[in-house]
Order: sequence, then C-alpha cells, then structure tokens
Amino acid sequence: MDLYPLYNSLRIAAISAMIVFFAGIACAYYIAKLPRVLKGILDVLLTLPLVLPPTVVGYLLLLVLGPKRPIGSFFLENFDIRLTMRWWSAIFAVSVVVFPLMYRTARGAFERFDENLADAGRTLGLRNSYIFWRIRIPYCKQGIIAGAVLSFARALGEYGATSMIAGYTPGKTATISTAVYQLWRTGNDELALKWVLINIAISAVVLLCVNLLERPQRRKG
Amino acid sequence: MLTVDIEKRLDRFTLKAKFSCSGEPLALFGASGAGKSMTLKCIAGIEKPDKGYIKLNDRVLYDSEHHINLPPQKRHVGYLFQDYALFPDMTVSQNIETGLTRYPRKERAQQVREITQRFHLTGLESKRPATLSGGEKQRVALARIFASAPDVLLLDEPFSSLDSYLKLELLPYIKNIIKDFKGESILVTHNIDEVLYLCDKAAPIENGITKQPLKADVFYTEIKQHYQEAGIILPEIHV
Repeated sequence: MDLYPLYNSLRIAAISAMIVFFAGIACAYYIAKLPRVLKGILDVLLTLPLVLPPTVVGYLLLLVLGPKRPIGSFFLENFDIRLTMRWWSAIFAVSVVVFPLMYRTARGAFERFDENLADAGRTLGLRNSYIFWRIRIPYCKQGIIAGAVLSFARALGEYGATSMIAGYTPGKTATISTAVYQLWRTGNDELALKWVLINIAISAVVLLCVNLLERPQRRKG
Repeated sequence: MLTVDIEKRLDRFTLKAKFSCSGEPLALFGASGAGKSMTLKCIAGIEKPDKGYIKLNDRVLYDSEHHINLPPQKRHVGYLFQDYALFPDMTVSQNIETGLTRYPRKERAQQVREITQRFHLTGLESKRPATLSGGEKQRVALARIFASAPDVLLLDEPFSSLDSYLKLELLPYIKNIIKDFKGESILVTHNIDEVLYLCDKAAPIENGITKQPLKADVFYTEIKQHYQEAGIILPEIHV
C-alpha cells in the first residue's frame, strides 16, 4: 500500500494549521480593536469560508491563482512557478477553508480575557508586547490550542477546494480525501475502505486531544 | 501634589472631576456607578478624558490643550483593582517581579525577596493567585504595586470583595501602608467608615460630578445632616 496520501495529507494539514494559527490569532486580536462597522464587515468576510461550499472557495481561488489569472500568471511569467496542481497548492485551499475555525476560536478566547489584567500590567509599566505574550496569550491558551488542533483536524479532511486547485495525481498531489474518492470511483473499494479507516482513526485521535484540552482546569483568580 | 481637572462624556452623565491633593489621603465617596472608578482610570491613563488636565508634581500626565496624554506605563500611578487583577498564570513571586522591570534582571530576585518580606508573603512565593485567600491576594496586589515604586496610589474599593471580618483585620494594615507612603493616595469607596478611618479628606461624587474635598470631620457633619433630613441619625464621631 502506497502511503504517499497519508504523508501528503499530514504535511499539508500541518503547514496550513501553522499558517492559520498565526494569521487567526493576529486577525482576532487586531480586528477586535476596530470600529464596529468595519469589524462587522471583516468578520463576515473572514468567516464566510466556513459556510461556503468548499467548491465555491476552490473556484474563487482558481479565479486568482489559475495560470491565466492575475496572480497565477504573474508567478508563472516572472518566476516560472505554477501555483496550481502542485502538492503545496492544496495549502492555499486548506488554509482559506480552515482559517475561520482558528479565527473564531481565538476571538472567543480573547473576548473572555479580563481586560483589567492588561490595564494592571500597563500601570505597572509593562510593555504592550510583554502583556500580549506573557499575560493575554497564557490566559487564553486553552481556547487557542483547542482552535489550533481543531484547525488541524479540519485541514486533514478538506476535499472540495483541494481537489479543484491541486487535483489528483497519484504520488504527487494525492491526499487521503482525494484518494478515497478516486479509489471508490475506479472500483477499488478495498483500498478505499483502508484509507477511510485510517482517516477515521486519525480524526478520532485529534478530537480526543481537543476534548482533553477543553476539560476545565483549576485556574483563574 | 496631584491636580485633576477633567471632563469626560459617558453614557448616562458627563464626568466632571476637579480636585487636588497634597500629602493627605483623599477619599472619593459616592454611590456605585457615580463615576468613581472612571475618575481613577483617567488618572492612571487607562481611560482618556475628553478635556482638561492632570498634573502630578511638575509632570503633566494629561493635557487636552497641548495634546499630552502619557501612557499608563509612564505615569507611575499604582492602581489597586477591586478584584486585584493578579496575573493568574504567574506565581506570587512572578507577579511581584512584573513591577520591577526598571531594574536589571540580575537585581530583581533580591528585590522580590525584600518586598515579599515587607508584605508578609514569605512562604507563598511559588503559589498561584487562585490558591490564595482574599487577604493574601490583596497583599500580593499591593506588593506588586509598591514594587513598581509609584508616585500615586489609587485604591478602588479595596475591601468590596472581602468579608467584614477580614476587612477589620486589613483596615489597620492598609492604613499603615497609606501612612508610610510618600506619594499621593486616593481611595474610592461607598463606605463612610473607610473614609473616616483611612482618609484626611473626602470629596463626594454624585452623577459624575466631584465636589471640592472637605476635611473628613466636616465631611462627616455634612453627611450626617444629609441623613438626618432622611430621618436617619448617625452617631457623633470625633475624627
């Protein structure tokens, strides 16, 4: 059994989760400070990929990244890099689809933060960066870690947008989800089932981690 | 000498505070929601007034005309929060150390030791705030503030989250701290006994408007009259 889809899925999910981790936290932190109208608009835009069909996200991505489209053709002409149909093309798709999960969990965690703590830190003379990294983030860490793990889990399962932007090339762009579809379509039920079971096992473990992380801990005072 | 003359428009009223204090502990006395905490927050730089000025000795902390608004970090104003606002993910020692950032890293441990002793926190160094009693939390919060060597001490209803027994125990403690403190101290409270016990002067706040500070005994006489009109007789007290 060729394990390439497992390896490819894991690296795409890991890289995407990492990107989304930092982008989600940064957006959650800075957007919370914006005026209400702007905040409302950005909030809708950034959460949209959560409710849109992944195929719609894939289509929109192809509209900008495709070889004949603005960004796609720019990279093709200037750097000779084709942005679609590579294994890493899936990272674009997965990151966009997964981003709202991280963004919204981080935002929820930040909203529960006790602003008095930041104010106390400032009156004590602490730099704002210190307050962010040493007080705010530790206070919200449970929500943030849960968001990251959940993002990773969702990233592993992305199919729609990935199949449109990276396609299915065995040994190149194949992921677990695209492999299952292709194997089933070509009548290779036995192998498809194996991948299904692998997928269920990984996802179950990840969700178990989320639950363990969300278990209330003794804290706060 | 701390001089405050500020205005800030809020939802329910416009906050107007005009007073000064010089060496004598001052109480801001008023009902909940009268704007007491907001006044303190403006002095500390957590909230920004709409106009006016705040001066501390020869330093201007805030001046709307000259567009001066020092960040809280540069004001040297210590703020004791109602719920103490201890950092929950840090130990007692680490909490105290956050007030010592002006010292080089090497000297901080020694400073923490001295402050820990001064505030009777020996033995609690490695505990987290969640495991401390109300009185201990308050001492840690005070220790942390004094570690930062403030010029002004703001106490925001320091006894509101303690039971009355603990409060009796801590009142003399706080009184000593205020007495030994070289800078200005302002206490916010809605308890007349705290005013009389801890402060030399008191300024009533009503619907956001702070009236001129009075000597504590004069203040008490006025309050007594006020109550008498409502049919409540307060005891005679000599401050």
